[in-house]
Amino acid sequence: MTTKLPTSSPEPAADGNGQAPAHDAVPAVDPRLLVREEGFAGYWGEFRRKLRSGELGSLPVVVGLLVIGLVFQLQDSAFLGAENLSNLFVTAAGTGLIAVGIVFVLILGEIDLSVGSVSGLAAATFAVLNVNHGMPEWLALVLAILSGTLVGALHGFFFARIGVPAFVVTLAGLLGWNGLMLQVLGSNGTINLDDSGLVAGLTNHYFSDVAAAYGLATLAVAGFFLTSWRESRRREAAGVPSRPMSELVLRTVALAVPAYVVAWLFNQYKGLPLAVVIFIGIVVALDFVLRRTSYGRKVFALGGSVEAASRAGINVAAVRISVFALSGTMAALGGMFLASQINAANQSSGAGSLLMNAIAAAVIGGTSLFGGRGKTWSALLGVLVIQSIASGMALLGIASAVQYMITGAVLLAAVVIDSLSRRTQKTAGRA
Amino acid sequence: MIHVSATPVLALRGVSKRFGAVQALTDVELEIHPGEVVALVGDNGAGKSTLVKTIAGVGPADDGVVEWEGRPVTVDRPHVAQELGIATVYQDLALCDNLDVVGNLFLGREIVRAGVLDEVEMERRARELLSTLSIRIPSVRIPIASLSGGQRQTVAIARSLLGDPKVVILDEPTAALGVEQTAQVLDLVERLRERGLGVILISHNMADVKAVADRVAVLRLGRNNGTFDVRTTSQEEIISAITGATDNAVTRRRARSAEAAGAAQAGTAGEAAKSIPADHADEPEKEAGA
Repeated sequence: MTTKLPTSSPEPAADGNGQAPAHDAVPAVDPRLLVREEGFAGYWGEFRRKLRSGELGSLPVVVGLLVIGLVFQLQDSAFLGAENLSNLFVTAAGTGLIAVGIVFVLILGEIDLSVGSVSGLAAATFAVLNVNHGMPEWLALVLAILSGTLVGALHGFFFARIGVPAFVVTLAGLLGWNGLMLQVLGSNGTINLDDSGLVAGLTNHYFSDVAAAYGLATLAVAGFFLTSWRESRRREAAGVPSRPMSELVLRTVALAVPAYVVAWLFNQYKGLPLAVVIFIGIVVALDFVLRRTSYGRKVFALGGSVEAASRAGINVAAVRISVFALSGTMAALGGMFLASQINAANQSSGAGSLLMNAIAAAVIGGTSLFGGRGKTWSALLGVLVIQSIASGMALLGIASAVQYMITGAVLLAAVVIDSLSRRTQKTAGRA
Repeated sequence: MIHVSATPVLALRGVSKRFGAVQALTDVELEIHPGEVVALVGDNGAGKSTLVKTIAGVGPADDGVVEWEGRPVTVDRPHVAQELGIATVYQDLALCDNLDVVGNLFLGREIVRAGVLDEVEMERRARELLSTLSIRIPSVRIPIASLSGGQRQTVAIARSLLGDPKVVILDEPTAALGVEQTAQVLDLVERLRERGLGVILISHNMADVKAVADRVAVLRLGRNNGTFDVRTTSQEEIISAITGATDNAVTRRRARSAEAAGAAQAGTAGEAAKSIPADHADEPEKEAGA
């Protein structure tokens, strides 16, 4: 707020350079620049230009989702049914939450390989504290999630302060925390959770009132429209380019259609799942953090150029540690959802393809592996792709061997798209 | 020194810096006055960048004093320098390619309203700043990666002005620019001077130096090798100070007058005379390198 612009110089014309006043009259726009047309035509033109220059954004994943939906629906009409889709969303929440943390790490241009083990460790911590030691559920839940924060901060410390590559630190974490989880679980190997408890409710609870799902959809759509409308008004008042009303309406409709369709689907089955509310709530909250706070700006800056960020006075180590702590926290939270699904913590918690699925979800959703680019929404979209494939193939009775191969191929395709779009952006002067 | 009347806004006294086995800077003196453009010149490896880093707080000096408006200060971190009012535009620009122009301009000092980035206000100020500086870029909302070299340079300089600095350090601002863009940057430097800012301009280009600088401080092998008034000094004299080709009229006269002078002056003049063969010794090597 205290930043003063040095714009109050007496007269720029006094520099003895007769051109200065003429310069001032010219707006800060190069005549050679492509200026966007007004209205819808401009929107379409901008979209096509972005596609050509490789800024694909979420387009590939949205197209992918539609294709997956169509293919499986043709094979088995239950795929797009309310029950299957509702379950698909609920099972996606755990992996999706882990993927949200991965998005932050990927934006830094780093990787966190430990999230699977950390999620298992959190589940085991909760089970031991709550079931074996009789600690109240909420306290055990908080401690379990904080254990993830702590573990993530530890990775961040070794990476940011000691300078060990994040890949190696988190690879060590992958093994080490898995070992600790087995240790914590003890000889028994499986601890069953309370069927009607708080954690069980994470994925079991549904808001069966029809109004809940529609209400949330309405809230989201209205909130989106109002904030973008206010932003647009403020921009207009400040004399900077703003989005025209037609575009606001178009964007709002683009959000409203899927929101109400999904709400309707949920209501066809058991109602609005609590897991989906928490997952989407966290995606929205962290999206806000990433795009609208100076902390998020710092994360992006580090992904762009560490040197530039540190010269701008950003505490590089602190941001790095915080991002890994966030990744650990989200892994622990996701682990609680996964434990809630099977209502137990066991030796295979956080093992198997969980880590790969979480990273794949972030990348498939459009977050770049090369750093500096990404959205929390990509975790949501990506995990839906992965979960759709898993769910569809389970429905068709395809063996898990084939499932792995297909998920692997989808991940490869996503990374190929990421690399190609980055290359196109480079040649188009946009990266 | 020419400006002896006012206190310099920034002064270095006997600054030394060592990297391992290399003595990068030895007893360097430098003074910057408000509304003055001081060109800092020297051959590659003369210590210009190292000197800039000591001022900017990136690589603090081992020895010597940095004086800010007359009082000694410790500049051991970049943001200390920023808070004092020293803004640095590095040769490699230090911009984030993935952020847009507004994001880069305000990086590290974002305008925040109720905990949220005030994008509208930042964009408005960015446009205002760029237009007062007559900087022409396509849009303030495109990533830095899409801008040309000259546009990036002007963005980097504009960014340094946001903190309302008193001293701006420009490290080779015209090195990679075309004719028109160089002219734009030099215009910008003159505008900074009119605002009463002290400017340190590092450059290899003597034409640029002659065009905008008031004084030229020459570094050679990590030491001061003279400070010249641009108006009364020829380009050849500056270049010979840079290359160490001290075999010119000025030094010969000095040496001769030292010989002629009495024993009282022998101490200082003797040193100057002694330094001539030493400088000659490494001259062939220098030429081979150039």
